[in-house]
Amino acid sequence: MVSLLDIIGPVMVGPSSSHTAGACRLGLLARGLVGGTPERAHVELHGSFARTGEGHGTDKAIAGGLMGFRPDDERLRSALEIAEREGLAYTFAKTTLGEEGLVHPNSVRITVDRGDREAVMTGSSLGAGRVMVTEIDGYPVEVSGGYDTLVLVAEDVRGSVARIANILSDDGLNIATLRLTRKQRGGDAFMVIELDHAPSEAVRDEIRALEWVRWAFRLDKVSA
Amino acid sequence: MYRSLASAIAAAKAANTTLAQVALTAESEDSGRSIDDIRGALARALGIMRGAIERGLAGDLRSASGLVGGDAAKLAASTNGPLVGTVFGDVLARALAVQEVNAAMGVIVAAPTAGGAGVLPAVLTGLAASRHLADDAVIDALATAGLIGAVVAERASLSGAEGGCQAETGAAAGMAAGAGTEMLGGTPDQVGHAVALAQQGTLGLVCDPLGGLVELPCVFRNATGAAIALAAIEMALAGIAFAIPADEVIDTMGEIGQEMDVRYRETAGGGLAATPTGRRLARERLVQIKRS
Repeated sequence: MVSLLDIIGPVMVGPSSSHTAGACRLGLLARGLVGGTPERAHVELHGSFARTGEGHGTDKAIAGGLMGFRPDDERLRSALEIAEREGLAYTFAKTTLGEEGLVHPNSVRITVDRGDREAVMTGSSLGAGRVMVTEIDGYPVEVSGGYDTLVLVAEDVRGSVARIANILSDDGLNIATLRLTRKQRGGDAFMVIELDHAPSEAVRDEIRALEWVRWAFRLDKVSA
Repeated sequence: MYRSLASAIAAAKAANTTLAQVALTAESEDSGRSIDDIRGALARALGIMRGAIERGLAGDLRSASGLVGGDAAKLAASTNGPLVGTVFGDVLARALAVQEVNAAMGVIVAAPTAGGAGVLPAVLTGLAASRHLADDAVIDALATAGLIGAVVAERASLSGAEGGCQAETGAAAGMAAGAGTEMLGGTPDQVGHAVALAQQGTLGLVCDPLGGLVELPCVFRNATGAAIALAAIEMALAGIAFAIPADEVIDTMGEIGQEMDVRYRETAGGGLAATPTGRRLARERLVQIKRS
């Protein structure tokens, strides 16, 4: 669903809502997957992102997002220099993520490392600053960043979804969407839960403390 | 949010209200935010838009590549053309101003995209200035514009990589035409015709940025986009009806975009980007950017 504020917005540093603002938002989401600014990031650009990204500052925008800068942060212009200073080791490459027509022309795969956590995220910049994450750690997802989102991996234990839903509702959080995928039966379950409001640190800690949860992170809402 | 302009127009007529009200109500229902809150966000956007216009008109900005800058001021200062002293001339300068700020990595409001960010602010603030309309009227117009853009996003695309410049300055022209028409007192039906009249003038428009930079021809396409929007507003307010409904024109824009060769969809592989001069400038200027 499109919001008026997706159209009249974002307020952003130019020049491109797909290649600058959208790219920045994808960087922010990748950062969320490892709980903070990564130590290392490998960014593989596909399609138009790869071909015109340099002139649009796509590399700066993604680096900025990885460091927590939002699309209207004027530090985006010098994000690469700041990344050097902050110790974010980044590399960029051009790649093909799939066939034309099947993969959005502005797509990117970002691999981030922070401490003992590594995450691989594939996403697209849809235009006008809107984004869609399509894969996290090999699991297919549809995360638009339009909601505060909880992403977690758990052992495929019976009652796990109900347990987590209860923790969230006990905290007064309303679930907008919940998606559960498994790569195989009895394998890990990957959950993406979009919420009407951001879950508190306490809620996240409670979920992480569940013995069958391997990891859980919050992706802050990136849109208006 | 509405997925067709026809249904939004029908809702406005049924409630005997404006598309702006219909848009704000829908947004409030979708997001849980109050209408005041939403108007507050639009007011903030308007402030940034006005700031970008002012910054660009100062004339001292140049893009990182050096390819664009200074033309908004040049146009505003010129006394030679046929539109000197008219709102039309003023709107063109405003459109160039915002885009020059964008090209210099300044802060703008994507409306709907950064590539087309000059069209809507130029048309709405230019018309508001000439008619002495208060900010409230412009904020409402932004809501109308948002509704139109949301319909384009749902039915077609707002990305040059998918739809060419039809989807960026073209969509912006449609938004500006519809919103401007309502701001000047047009009916919901007239808004529909204005959108159709603007979009029909931008069908087939390619995205061919030199060197892949959002500079040339982008800055100038915002001026020509604003011009198309003004033409559409003029015709719609005269009661002129376009025979094909706006939703169908928008759908057509989407289909043409899908059929468009990839070289015309933001890859700098065709169009002006591939001209001898285009290629030469790209080579020279990208080297300049790498050095800076």
